[in-house]
Amino acid sequence: MYRLGLDVGGTNTDAALIDGDLKVFHTVKVPTTKEVESGIIEAIAKVVKESKVDSSDIKYAMLGTTHCTNAIVERKRLDKVGVIRIGRPATTAIPPFTNWPKDIRAKIEVASIIVSGGYEFDGRLIAELDKEEVSKFCREIRGKAESIAISGVYAPVNKEQEEIVATWVREELGDIPISLSHAIGSIGLLERENATILNAALMTTGQTVINGFSKALSSLNIEAEMFFSQNDGTLMNAAYAERYPILTMGCGPTNSIRGSAHLTGLDNAIVLDVGGTTSDIGVLSKGFPRESSLAVIIGGVNTNFRMPDILSIGLGGGTRILENNEKIIVGPESVGYEITKKALLFGGDVLTTSDIVTRLGYAFEDRAKEVEHLSFEFCEKVNDQMTEMLEDAIDQMKTSSKEVPLILSGGGSIIVSKSLKGVSEVIMPEHYGAANAIGAALGQVSGDVERIYSLDKMNREEALTDAKKLATHEAIKAGADEKTISIISIEDIPLAYLPGNALLIRVKAVGDLQYSSESVII
Amino acid sequence: MRYIDEEAIEKIALGAAVLGTGGGGDPYIGKLIAKEAIRKYGPVALISLEELRDNQIVVPISGMGAPSVTIEKIPSEIEFTAPLDKFEEVIGKKVDVVMPIEIGGINSLFPIIAAAKKGLPLLDADAMGRAFPEAQMVTFHLDGLESSPVTMSDEKGNVVVLYPRDGVWHERLARVITIEMGGSASVCDYGLLGKEVKSSAIPGTLTLAETIGGYLLDNKGKERQGINKMLEELNGYQLFEAKITDIERRLIGGFTRGKAIFEGIRNEQGRSFSIDFQNEHLVAKEAEHLLCSTPDLIAVLDAETGFPITTERMKYGARVVVVAFPCHSKWRTKKGIETVGPYYFGYDFEYQPVEELQKERV
Repeated sequence: MYRLGLDVGGTNTDAALIDGDLKVFHTVKVPTTKEVESGIIEAIAKVVKESKVDSSDIKYAMLGTTHCTNAIVERKRLDKVGVIRIGRPATTAIPPFTNWPKDIRAKIEVASIIVSGGYEFDGRLIAELDKEEVSKFCREIRGKAESIAISGVYAPVNKEQEEIVATWVREELGDIPISLSHAIGSIGLLERENATILNAALMTTGQTVINGFSKALSSLNIEAEMFFSQNDGTLMNAAYAERYPILTMGCGPTNSIRGSAHLTGLDNAIVLDVGGTTSDIGVLSKGFPRESSLAVIIGGVNTNFRMPDILSIGLGGGTRILENNEKIIVGPESVGYEITKKALLFGGDVLTTSDIVTRLGYAFEDRAKEVEHLSFEFCEKVNDQMTEMLEDAIDQMKTSSKEVPLILSGGGSIIVSKSLKGVSEVIMPEHYGAANAIGAALGQVSGDVERIYSLDKMNREEALTDAKKLATHEAIKAGADEKTISIISIEDIPLAYLPGNALLIRVKAVGDLQYSSESVII
Repeated sequence: MRYIDEEAIEKIALGAAVLGTGGGGDPYIGKLIAKEAIRKYGPVALISLEELRDNQIVVPISGMGAPSVTIEKIPSEIEFTAPLDKFEEVIGKKVDVVMPIEIGGINSLFPIIAAAKKGLPLLDADAMGRAFPEAQMVTFHLDGLESSPVTMSDEKGNVVVLYPRDGVWHERLARVITIEMGGSASVCDYGLLGKEVKSSAIPGTLTLAETIGGYLLDNKGKERQGINKMLEELNGYQLFEAKITDIERRLIGGFTRGKAIFEGIRNEQGRSFSIDFQNEHLVAKEAEHLLCSTPDLIAVLDAETGFPITTERMKYGARVVVVAFPCHSKWRTKKGIETVGPYYFGYDFEYQPVEELQKERV
């Protein structure tokens, strides 16, 4: 039994085969093609051929892709959306689409309405729903809207109204795709609603990705169950991905962190991905990437959905070094992909970080001659400064002052010093170049819950138990094997200014993919 | 008199977050609504305390409740005018001028929206000069002015009129009603005559918020020019530059109380600092040595951008510059210290002005 992992990046499409014991069997890299699908087919064909694995032994196929991100950033292949917010009389001061860039709004918006309804923070009703109001709006947008987004006030606390409105929409508009906000984001109506609208606009793109992947697999006679990488480092099945394509966004860095974790066997570490221009630093916490607490902006639209907490600094293998009045300036300018033409060690005329480490004897020994003329002392000074930049950034991402291991990935890793302050050891695993595809292939699924509890009615322990139960249930719904589920994060935040001991609890449960031949129906 | 436009709102929102001293709510939602109100109704006239006439009726309008509710249950349009309309009905007269009760946080923007919708001028003054958690923590209370009548409204059309016997009862009663209204409410209290406001309000605070917001917006990549200009403007001090190494938040009596621990960086390496907060920052210390305490202002700024960080957004690893400013002199009177000094918040030390503490430090 094998798992096939694929990562479609801007430059390369990587494929990885992992065996039943989750050992990495083989990895390949091919250029990403414009109509993505052929690149995927090529990568799969290559990894199967080179590894000589019988394609009928591939049971699971996982895809991490930037399709959806690109659709939003390029404002292409987006569906027309009708938006129903449930919350009147509340929320009328900021209608849907407020503060969106004009061009993307024009591409997406058909019409929007704020209908009667919504919940209070404690679950009481703000107002009753009005069926006729919803039905009338649906009749107005019939034939114009290709997809519907529904966002209700405090829907993450109670999703009932969103679901009722969805059934009313179906009565009028048949099987039009509907995106519900409670499944997409957490507390913070505007950002959650924005993510829901973007999700609704991605229905066709999502479908194209799923169909393309499915076709690629069947053209190579692979009868594997398909899964898709989410931005939080877990997988969702095709049925779920079809409904929530936005959750595939940002899975690249996440897969890279997860893959690095697997290659090293570490659960807690800092992962440093050094490219030509930047270094991306992520945190591996209990086997998963730490998520960002800040609002994520996609294509100019504020969203509040889950993304890994990544710190990027302007230091990569092609970063330029300048000297100005005895002061050394490292970056942020870089020669980027032109490093093989412009850097001194490749016969160019730009001093880069790679030249520095070559002069110091840490890399490219065969090219040492090209940089012989550089002062060794000067290079040591620059190297110290580079190391300090990395140490500073690593320190910012650490969760405690204890020393932690650092896992390297990416082509620019040669510029990283082998000993760094605050770092217990620096590790560069085998297959590190395909960490993303390996991350995709590692099949775990998750369930998230975010809810406000009143500690007047129950104690904190009871509230946490309830939240864990709900998260477990969500994980099972997402395809997890019940026996393997564990809770990987619990966060509770007291809500300021509210008496009644209101507590916001967030819980995430994860489990291994269910090893049954039937797919999980959500 | 001058006019407040969209650009001014951007600056006020940022400056108000500094004066919010960690609390007062993130002004993002308020900013969106205020900008929309100005697009719809036109710029708002801002008048100074000197321009205010003695017989004009001035009414503050503000939001009460949890900022965490505001980001989910976004306000409705009626909330910005309903308490004002009821106030006029109760006193049987038209309101002439609106003002912020609190310059810190989201409440700096609330009256701009009301002023735009009602076509009223806005007063460039407030009754705190910062943010405080409770309704009686206003200069009007210190000066013995009455908060009654108090009008409150929610988005559902509920309007409540209170005649509390003093500012403390006002806080107690209004807090309970706010919860019943769904965790957030809009409030008009301390409706006063121009001459009363002149004798008690803190002048020029909207302009001040705009000025320091402007400095910070201009801070990018300029070696902390913005922060330094702001410190100059506010006669403030940089207390320390540090990294957050621990953050603890607990819920006590409906407020977030907690402590942040910092480890010095750059010039302060090897030293450790702490800040206590109750929604707003209360006390800053180096080890056991007091650096600044309420009612003086303590603000935590992102070391790179100079932008303020609210208590709910502080997290491990953040590089920050912690600054302090002297509060308005009204808070340094006997009654001021009784109302918002260290004792009120459960500490057993005497208040000392930040200037004196800084002198001791050198």
